[in-house]
Amino acid sequence: MSFLNIFKSDSTRRTVLSSGHVVPESSRCVQCGICSYNCPIGIDVRAHVWRNESVNHSECLTCGECVARCPRGVLRFAQTDLFERRES
Amino acid sequence: MRYVIIGAGVAGFAAIESIRSIDKTGEVVMVSDDPHGFYSRPGLAYYLTGEIDSKALYSRSKDDYRHLNFSFLNARVKRILRAEKKLELDGKPALAYDKLLIAVGAQAIPLNIAGAKLQGVMKLDHLTDANDILAFTKRGRTAVVVGGGITALELTEGLLARGMNVHYLLRGDRYWSNVLDARESQAVEARLQEEGVTLHHHVELAEIIGKNNRVAGIRLTDGHTIKCDLVAYAVGIAPRIELANECGINCERGILADEHLQTNDENIFAAGDVAQVYDPLTGHSVIDSLWNPAREQGGVAGWNMAGRRAAYLKSAPFNVTRLAGLTTTIIGSVGRGRDEDVMGIARGDSETWRELPEALVAQGGFDVNHIRLLIGDKRLIGAVLMGDQKLSFPLQKMIANGADISPIRDSLMQPNAPVADLIADFWMKWRENIAA
Repeated sequence: MSFLNIFKSDSTRRTVLSSGHVVPESSRCVQCGICSYNCPIGIDVRAHVWRNESVNHSECLTCGECVARCPRGVLRFAQTDLFERRES
Repeated sequence: MRYVIIGAGVAGFAAIESIRSIDKTGEVVMVSDDPHGFYSRPGLAYYLTGEIDSKALYSRSKDDYRHLNFSFLNARVKRILRAEKKLELDGKPALAYDKLLIAVGAQAIPLNIAGAKLQGVMKLDHLTDANDILAFTKRGRTAVVVGGGITALELTEGLLARGMNVHYLLRGDRYWSNVLDARESQAVEARLQEEGVTLHHHVELAEIIGKNNRVAGIRLTDGHTIKCDLVAYAVGIAPRIELANECGINCERGILADEHLQTNDENIFAAGDVAQVYDPLTGHSVIDSLWNPAREQGGVAGWNMAGRRAAYLKSAPFNVTRLAGLTTTIIGSVGRGRDEDVMGIARGDSETWRELPEALVAQGGFDVNHIRLLIGDKRLIGAVLMGDQKLSFPLQKMIANGADISPIRDSLMQPNAPVADLIADFWMKWRENIAA
């Protein structure tokens, strides 16, 4: 089904850990800070979202805490591929 | 050049960022009666539930503030003296401005019943209100929530998370009836009940009963009473237009601003929840009480204040929220009429959501994964997504760009149509065509 293949948030955890990063859809964000509050290594995820930048922080573990806890579905995993066309 | 921003919400902050992107040296002053400055007001809901602490609400770092080089003045503005281009402040010297932005937001409409001033009657406009509610939850056991829209649910869930017994009063037969359809309201209400909320339909608050100047209970118009320690209300918000009204700036429901966010005074701009902004596409001036439009409006206002002519073009309004634990996105026009539980507009609301032209409805999904589409002649007019949000981004883009959905319109209208699959397939092709 094409439906299952379109969305990168369905990537397996293994794929994400090896080649993924967290990307925001900033227009959904209200800067509540749940993402930054729950980041185990203290990355200010919310600041990336404000600037509409992916969380390209060298220490990001792609553990998924921020993705899972965001109450507004702002964050998702995307594969890191410079040549891939982005949706946002 | 001195830029003055009244209000410490996201519109004001975005305006400062825009001003500084153009003018590195002009003086910028933010004035607000909220002593806490700029923080995430929508985040108050998660502060109430205990998902974050109050420090987490402050979204900008000290570095950001240093970089933007502005001063914050905690004061109440008493009057705008337009002829002298000055603000009269409560207990502080007058403040002159060259360009002024009014971004003071909106405030909860107070309850107009006996007992509304008792201790323990709470609203949720500011961090101070949230702190007051939290202090009360430590000594109370039972709360009554009255009102509608997102804020009423945020209050309900916050009080519940703090261990209170919560009664939620609804005037009509279901929650948020002018934006959600019956099935969506039912999904929300069922989850609230599962969490232990006691729902009361077709009831109206007549009086708040006090004892020693504190809330002791409520009485309904049908005579029934409920003992409680706290009454939290969210019966709608009113844009804070008094300052503008008093100095002759044109207002209707909000401060009237053109697409450059300029009022009828060329040196005064308005943005955010207080502004009723002209939309050149529809010819209407509308209020959006939404974070993202407020940020965009503030940004555009800032550019214009600093001399770069820019227009705010309203996109299809959308909001993402959590209703009884269900992530919910509302895009475009989805409902009609008014909600009995809200006067005017609620926080996290848009007037456009209720401007529903003739449209047909296609539905898919079940229980917590739910999609509702409002289908016009050739395009989608609105959508509600509950639970799974994968299609939120495609629908937002398709609605905002007026995608011609003629090829799948008939299929969408079939009973039990696989709405999600149809939209996903269409989105793939449509996106390719747009990119080509």
